[in-house]
Amino acid sequence: MKIVKLKKENLFPFLEEISKEADLWAPTKVESDRHKFQAIDDLDQIDIEYTRTILPPRKIILPPTINMFQASDKEYKEDFSHVSKKIIFGIHPCDLHGLLIMDNFFTHEFYDPYYMESRKNTLLLGHSCWPDENCLCKSTRTHIIKEGYDLFFSKIDDTYIVWIGSSKGDDLIRAKEDLFEEDISDKDIKKYTEWGDERDKAFQTEINFDSLRDLMELKYDDPLWKKVGNACLACGSCTNVCPTCNCYNIQDRPVLGENYSEIKRCWDACTLENYSEVAGGENFREKRSDRLKLWYTHKFQVYITEYGKPGCVGCGRCISTCPVDINVKTVGKSLDGEKVDSFWNRLDKEVTK
Amino acid sequence: MKNENKVSTYENPFLPEPARIVRTYHLTEDVKFFQVRIADMEKALSFKYKIGQFAMISVLGAGEAPFSISSTPSRPGLLEFCIRKTGIVTEAIFRLKENDMIGIRGPYGNGFPVEQMRGNDILITMGGLGAAPLRSVLLYCLDNRDQFGRVILLHGAKKPSEMLLREEFLSLKQRQDLECHLSVDKDDTGNWTENTGVVTTLFPKIENLVPSSTYALVCGPPVMYKFVLKELLKLNIPKDQILMTLERRMKCGVGKCGHCAIDYIYTCLDGPVFTYWDVIHMRELI
Repeated sequence: MKIVKLKKENLFPFLEEISKEADLWAPTKVESDRHKFQAIDDLDQIDIEYTRTILPPRKIILPPTINMFQASDKEYKEDFSHVSKKIIFGIHPCDLHGLLIMDNFFTHEFYDPYYMESRKNTLLLGHSCWPDENCLCKSTRTHIIKEGYDLFFSKIDDTYIVWIGSSKGDDLIRAKEDLFEEDISDKDIKKYTEWGDERDKAFQTEINFDSLRDLMELKYDDPLWKKVGNACLACGSCTNVCPTCNCYNIQDRPVLGENYSEIKRCWDACTLENYSEVAGGENFREKRSDRLKLWYTHKFQVYITEYGKPGCVGCGRCISTCPVDINVKTVGKSLDGEKVDSFWNRLDKEVTK
Repeated sequence: MKNENKVSTYENPFLPEPARIVRTYHLTEDVKFFQVRIADMEKALSFKYKIGQFAMISVLGAGEAPFSISSTPSRPGLLEFCIRKTGIVTEAIFRLKENDMIGIRGPYGNGFPVEQMRGNDILITMGGLGAAPLRSVLLYCLDNRDQFGRVILLHGAKKPSEMLLREEFLSLKQRQDLECHLSVDKDDTGNWTENTGVVTTLFPKIENLVPSSTYALVCGPPVMYKFVLKELLKLNIPKDQILMTLERRMKCGVGKCGHCAIDYIYTCLDGPVFTYWDVIHMRELI
């Protein structure tokens, strides 16, 4: 792999240059410790010292609501207005892994043009990170990344080691070649490996994902699920913030005053009550615990069986988001037999069925 | 370069094909029969589907929903559906008349394993709207009669007026190469000449069944499965030769929207046809 070096002060000039060609998206600060990916007008908006954004970068590729068609009696006009040239800067390894899973999913068996056309027009510029207490990516082996990015920036003191992951990434470097240095010194390499070792030690939480696959089967009827279901608010937050959740709904919305409908595609969540309800009122997953089981089956079990990796990339968003502590950490550890202090474990009274 | 709207260079799997309603009439009070033809003649003839597959039907302004195909691929060109009025989309479909247009895309799903079924005896048990997907199988078997052994039909309904395709099935009784048994739970007309009782009361009428070379196909209301499966197991039909077709919520049909997920599979890709072994093996199927 081709690797170059970039001085910290040269980062903004580089971003300035490449954002002439495409919309630049990067993490910005929303309030104290919350960040989000946002389209950048002014590079000073960027706050790269972030841990996680509220929503994962998949929201940039496939926004929460898009129009699929403008449909009238005469024709179904395809609408790809969500597709534009974009560059996302500052994506952490876990989120890059999340997008790799999405790429895989949306091309498996049927090709989904609404995701893929947008994805193909988006360049991914990764950035190194430092874990907090909710980061689980070391357990999911997604704390390191060797593919799936165009460029990856590893920050070591005042220098970036820049890994070039694709031909398009190489083109970006060439656009402003004079900003980069070719040779990586032994000192740089030493600093980089030392940083890597330190970062490895900084992980505070570990989950045994290997055993979770079998535990999902073995503990399918465990009382744990009743407790979790009892506390769940069915708000869908865990799903919206998850980098590997792909579910969506399709709606036909007639446009008032016009003679056409907009066929809309919007994010959906398997944790919401009517997710599995069919016309006539039959609901195949009426109970919250049944819906949570589906969510966790997909995170802990399905992708390991299908792709050899869990469907969770350890980003920790469900941990920082769920208001009642239902997340991969508490559920995973409980399945593994650990005593976990969580809202749903402390909740001693039955809320509903 | 910014905001450049690139139109897909790929075939859009979500794009419905305009189709015309050729015939429509009531089968029962709340179920209507629809015969449709894809407007583009070439596409109408090349719409290749397997028995047990389904299609997504859309009505502009109301939405889209999945429906079993009730016609047989052995009679290409026209597609037939039995549709019950039960939600927003079906209510909109019910308002349509002959010559009105709908959208169709598909076919989707695995369908019945015709290759495996060939050469074997076929036992079809249907109840209520379960006739919609299984009529496709029945007609296919009759159109390719020499490819199958015995063909046995057991059809149950609550009362004569609610028996889907009643006249069609009654007329099939004439055929010597079909064992056709019809039953209603209750006869409220007084002139029902066939069996009276739940569909399982028809099982004693089947004589000398060789279970190892029999494929049993079941579709009906949820309550029916429990009792019919019991009978089929009593007949010693192997669990992986008992086939059923299941209903789930589906918005895309192509394994992307997630709604029909069961365990690690998607009903729209890996179903809707499952064996009884699948049902025991995978949780949540029925």
